[in-house]
Amino acid sequence: MKQLIQVKINGRIYREEVEPRMLLSFFLREQVGLTGTHVGCVVGECGACSVLLEGRLVKSCLVLAVRTDQKKITTVEGLAREGTLHPIQEAFVEHYALQCGFCTSGMVLAGHSLLTRNPDAGEEEIRQKLAGNLCMCTGYTQIVKAVGSAAKAYKK
Amino acid sequence: MYPQKFDYFCPDTLEGVIELLTRYGEDARVLAGGQSLIPLMKLRLASPKYLIDLDKLQDLSGISEQRNEVSIGALTRHAEIEESELVQSKLPLLHDAVTVVADVQVRNLGTLAGSLAHADPAGDLAPALLALGARINTVSSSGKATLGMGELMVDAWSTSLGGDQVITEILVPIPPQGSGGAYLKFERRAGDFAVASIGVQLTLDQKGNCGDIVIAMGAVGVTALRAEKAEALLSNQPISDDLLKEAASAASAECDPFSDIRGSVEYKRHLIGVLLRRAVEVALRRAAGEKVKTVHG
Repeated sequence: MKQLIQVKINGRIYREEVEPRMLLSFFLREQVGLTGTHVGCVVGECGACSVLLEGRLVKSCLVLAVRTDQKKITTVEGLAREGTLHPIQEAFVEHYALQCGFCTSGMVLAGHSLLTRNPDAGEEEIRQKLAGNLCMCTGYTQIVKAVGSAAKAYKK
Repeated sequence: MYPQKFDYFCPDTLEGVIELLTRYGEDARVLAGGQSLIPLMKLRLASPKYLIDLDKLQDLSGISEQRNEVSIGALTRHAEIEESELVQSKLPLLHDAVTVVADVQVRNLGTLAGSLAHADPAGDLAPALLALGARINTVSSSGKATLGMGELMVDAWSTSLGGDQVITEILVPIPPQGSGGAYLKFERRAGDFAVASIGVQLTLDQKGNCGDIVIAMGAVGVTALRAEKAEALLSNQPISDDLLKEAASAASAECDPFSDIRGSVEYKRHLIGVLLRRAVEVALRRAAGEKVKTVHG
């Protein structure tokens, strides 16, 4: 039986009916139409579908959409403001921190989540905190550099 | 990839959860953080007809110091334990373990009780809590009960919890002054389950010798195991290199690993010996008051 949920995604409120087994990743892409969240492995191994749930980084393929009722979600679409990229996105562009781009939205949010909590994170911590996000192209070096260089924008 | 269809409940109270579990029995599962159960359901390795979400039971979450114990609510997420100053200062062994559970995303949702109830033989928290002598409070339709870790753990992916029994709280005794603990995990790649792991909690006596010691081994048996022969060799003894080598050999012999994608039986036995020596060294330094950051393999 479908259930009605009310979710705030990137500042906008959505009221939607969902089957309980609907995963948040598919809910975002197919029902809400926010396709910036990518679905890679679907079993919680790759991190491509990462989003912020109540400000915390989670894999949206490991969350039932029904459970997000009355909660706040930020997807990669929620970072840029009025056509201007967020500093973490700028850093990814600047450092060529992507090739095929499939993992990028998850990587950007993982970097954003880390720097929001600790803008002083060094390379070791950046590597540890991005360990849940896999990239098959870049070898990670540019991604780690991009996140490190974005840190200054998070320091108040 | 979707789970099979199920009916979803999200009760406001623990009583409501137990009532549903009593009504639906084996066909029902409780959902805590969902970081193990949701993948199992998607892979159709678990297909409960009724899913009872504990998300609204916020009373079951939180960390506090009570007399000489740390109380951790069943639904406390790994990230909260990782960030807890109380756990960092009073239970460094548990802090070592919780920081190496999977990855940031899983630690942000996964819960302590969910991990214990899932009972993966290679989980990090069961050996850590076994080493610390933790007790598990539960509630069911027949009332409250307290279990030791040894009573909770039964087999791979199975516990002694009854069909309507729910973990409510984990109580971890705070080790005395002069005690030191460490948890070391060897993993093939970041975020993977352990190939082998060790938790050691030891207390120095007045002469500076090793007094009481508890050693728990992870991923080398169907459940976390105590290394009792190694403990007997080390307890109430001055620690020397030779004695440590002897204890490492004893632990290698008494663990009971199986061969799988992460390594052979022989390799895992070897790792247990190496990890034991490293963990005892860290525990001794911490017992002496030194701040030591553990380096996991």
